[in-house]
Amino acid sequence: MRLTVNGKPQNYEDDPDMPLLWYLRDELRLTGTRFGCGAGLCGACTVHVNGQAVRSCQTRMGTLEAKTVLTIDALAEGGRLHPVQQAWITHNVPQCGYCQSGQIMQAAALLRTTPNPSDADIDRAMAGNICRCGTYQRIRAAIKTAAKGRA
Amino acid sequence: MVVENISFNRRQFLGGLFSTGAFVVASRLVPAELLAQSSAAAILNTKADTAALHPSVYLGIEPDGTVFLVTHRSEMGTGIRTTLPLVAADELDADWSRCRIEQGVGDPRYGDQNTDGSRSIRDFYDAFRVAGASARSMLVTAAAAQLNVPAGELTTANHEVVHARSGRRVGYGALVPAAAKLAVPAKETLRFKPRTDWKFVGRETQIFDLTPIVNGTAQFGLDVQREGMVFASIEHPPVVGGTVRSLDNKAALAVKGVLQTETLEAPKPPLLFQSLGGVAVIGRNTWAVLQGRRQLKVEWNDGPNASYSSAAFRTAMLEKVRQPAKVARNLGNVDAEFAKGGTVIEAVYYTPMAAHASMEPPAAVAEFRDGKAEVWCPTQNPQAAQETVAAALGIDKSNVICHVTLLGGGFGRKSKPDYAAEAAVLARKLGRPVKVVWTREDDIRHDFYHTNAAVYHKATVDAKGRPTAWLKRSVFPPIASTFGVPAPMNFELNMGLDDSPFDVPNIRAENAGADAHVRIGWFRAVTNNFHAFALHSFADELAHAATRDPLEFLLDLLGPGKVIDLKAQGVDYTNYGAPIDKYPVDSRRLRRVLEVAGERSNWGKRKSGNGSGIGVAAHRSFNSYVASVVEVEVDRQGRVRIPRIDMVADPGVVINPDRVRAQFEGAAVMGVSLAMFGEITATKGRIDQRNFDGFRVARMNDAPIQVNVHFAESGDLPTGVGEPGVPPVIAALANAIYAATGRRVREMPFAKQKLV
Repeated sequence: MRLTVNGKPQNYEDDPDMPLLWYLRDELRLTGTRFGCGAGLCGACTVHVNGQAVRSCQTRMGTLEAKTVLTIDALAEGGRLHPVQQAWITHNVPQCGYCQSGQIMQAAALLRTTPNPSDADIDRAMAGNICRCGTYQRIRAAIKTAAKGRA
Repeated sequence: MVVENISFNRRQFLGGLFSTGAFVVASRLVPAELLAQSSAAAILNTKADTAALHPSVYLGIEPDGTVFLVTHRSEMGTGIRTTLPLVAADELDADWSRCRIEQGVGDPRYGDQNTDGSRSIRDFYDAFRVAGASARSMLVTAAAAQLNVPAGELTTANHEVVHARSGRRVGYGALVPAAAKLAVPAKETLRFKPRTDWKFVGRETQIFDLTPIVNGTAQFGLDVQREGMVFASIEHPPVVGGTVRSLDNKAALAVKGVLQTETLEAPKPPLLFQSLGGVAVIGRNTWAVLQGRRQLKVEWNDGPNASYSSAAFRTAMLEKVRQPAKVARNLGNVDAEFAKGGTVIEAVYYTPMAAHASMEPPAAVAEFRDGKAEVWCPTQNPQAAQETVAAALGIDKSNVICHVTLLGGGFGRKSKPDYAAEAAVLARKLGRPVKVVWTREDDIRHDFYHTNAAVYHKATVDAKGRPTAWLKRSVFPPIASTFGVPAPMNFELNMGLDDSPFDVPNIRAENAGADAHVRIGWFRAVTNNFHAFALHSFADELAHAATRDPLEFLLDLLGPGKVIDLKAQGVDYTNYGAPIDKYPVDSRRLRRVLEVAGERSNWGKRKSGNGSGIGVAAHRSFNSYVASVVEVEVDRQGRVRIPRIDMVADPGVVINPDRVRAQFEGAAVMGVSLAMFGEITATKGRIDQRNFDGFRVARMNDAPIQVNVHFAESGDLPTGVGEPGVPPVIAALANAIYAATGRRVREMPFAKQKLV
């Protein structure tokens, strides 16, 4: 089967049950996508499939025929950080940083569908992404900054 | 001093009865002499080591002006990897953009590397100042000779030595060859910059790893790749101390990509940081080994912990905590005061176990070649990783190299390098590089848990409701148990049980140990979490019993404020490993953070009741002083919303204010998380929770909406910021719930209590 990952066509013939997460990390060595729970409970592994935020640990390779996958590793286009990444820097969001790939991918998907999110929109979209360091307040502020920057 | 550190670690690993404070106390070994001696264990040179000018193990400068700064402490989110180098760069008057940061491997020449106890800055601030000032002094001396002027006429700024009178300037790089020929100046001769000249300390500087984190290139332990590497996932015994009775691996081996299985030895007591043992499935990628694990058929001998039920244990602890126990502090005569009769108030508090649940589960990569091991792992303690790997392989520590990656969270879990030992043992068995991957289920079911505890408080009060006698007692399975010591060590009591600074004439603190049936470890803020929850909840209970304002009551309890001599009250006080003369227990500083908290939170103007309320607590831990004011709203279903938390901290000199603020913001969230949801239970010796569905942590919609961090900076010596924010938040939250609902929560997790 064929799919596109970060703009590059890929051919995949292995186990259709393998989660996208492990294909990205172990086979393509795109390690920016993080493993947090393996059960769709924490959001650390969030990537975009055809523009939608999905948990790569719950996305079977067999479902990705002809799909387009975007990971944190290629969110910056041509070396220019995505507005969400830029806002993360402005607000010094990360502490340990481990969950932030997933947080950023989730936030980027939110802003695509909801360019000017309310607090409730942000809560709804981001509640699936755990940050154990507790950077939620800055994540919320950074999403608002990114939204303003795009408006 | 370095020798002390080694022997300290040895004792730890031999499980000996080390006397005071142990690992949290850790050797205070600022290797102040800092000279670039290469110790026998210095296996790898850093770029700082090989730089032309190299006055310190932490610093080197090349003739092109590049400054290499070595961080030997682990980065798990505090920003320490940036902050310690900043201290040196400030004294050096360096251009920050020309500084490069390197992560030191495990090596005793750096001094203590166990990144816990909130002491990286406290213990190494001076060492990094000395490193920077030594280099600057040598550059100035070299410039004086080159310019033929007295050194006293020279100043430094932004990577240059400046002779103001003649208007001449020389870049640091150009001075390196000459400076490198000079002797490193003695520490006593160094002149440090006055505070007014500080350029980085006290200002905001972004962390070194910020861009790599947001673009995904940051390398955590789980991201390490080695040529020819295979993957391993381990089925550990479900009960601590369990062993493999029988194994059928046929179905596992039939999984595509699975190469083999290996049985890992069960640990011999004491547990220390040894692997729990079990069966490893090895394969070509993570997915294959996880699939293989599901197909393993293992029968276990559960061993002596198989009857452990945390529910029954809770009942037993709640009874035990009402019985007299070993005295840890005695002031005046509590019994005589109680015998007088009068109003008695008492309460019992209980907190369950909790898991660290750092977002990156434990992981390690190891290679073994020619009798030597090399490991890459997210560890808070690379020297302990060397020791643990060496012990597991039966080789000398000097034959183990431990590279420290970024840590996806630590919170104390990653001070315990069992996972590094597992990778090393497998790498030797297989003769190739191995990556050990712990799943979230492994992490939650096989942690070194934050212990469960029962705490009892009893006081008699005078007409104003002020206590005249105060008895406090705790019971918990101690951290010491993991090291083969049955009773709690002093430092476990010195965290909120026997060090309370309240000004009461008769005080007794007591503690009784309880047997451990799981691995107990230190969790962010350690035993402060339950001791402070009980202590500051009880103080609030006393305030309400006297119908007094809780904040005013706390200030009255502290009295005018003074340095408290705990030793005179029979406390064997370890003071977080810091000398008591330099870091006294000073209730004036606790008063001050409370007063500032009152102002900044508009305490007097905010009213409680009708489902909304505010609560306050102030606690000294890790030599820092922190007050928290928490505001809650509790709806009719008993759901808790936290609109605002004010945190006021006095951690002495604040080096990197934004990162310090971030630590207190995060501590507020972790305090809420632990208090509202944190619960690990066990049935038949097996942990009941498996993942983030069973072990809940705060999500964005549970977290406080606004956390304001204020500094009541005393200008004192810099002290801890990573941990001390957590304990006061927990009690202040409980007190706020009481103010909002009239219900006193004395047991965690609060979300399971009846709040309306």
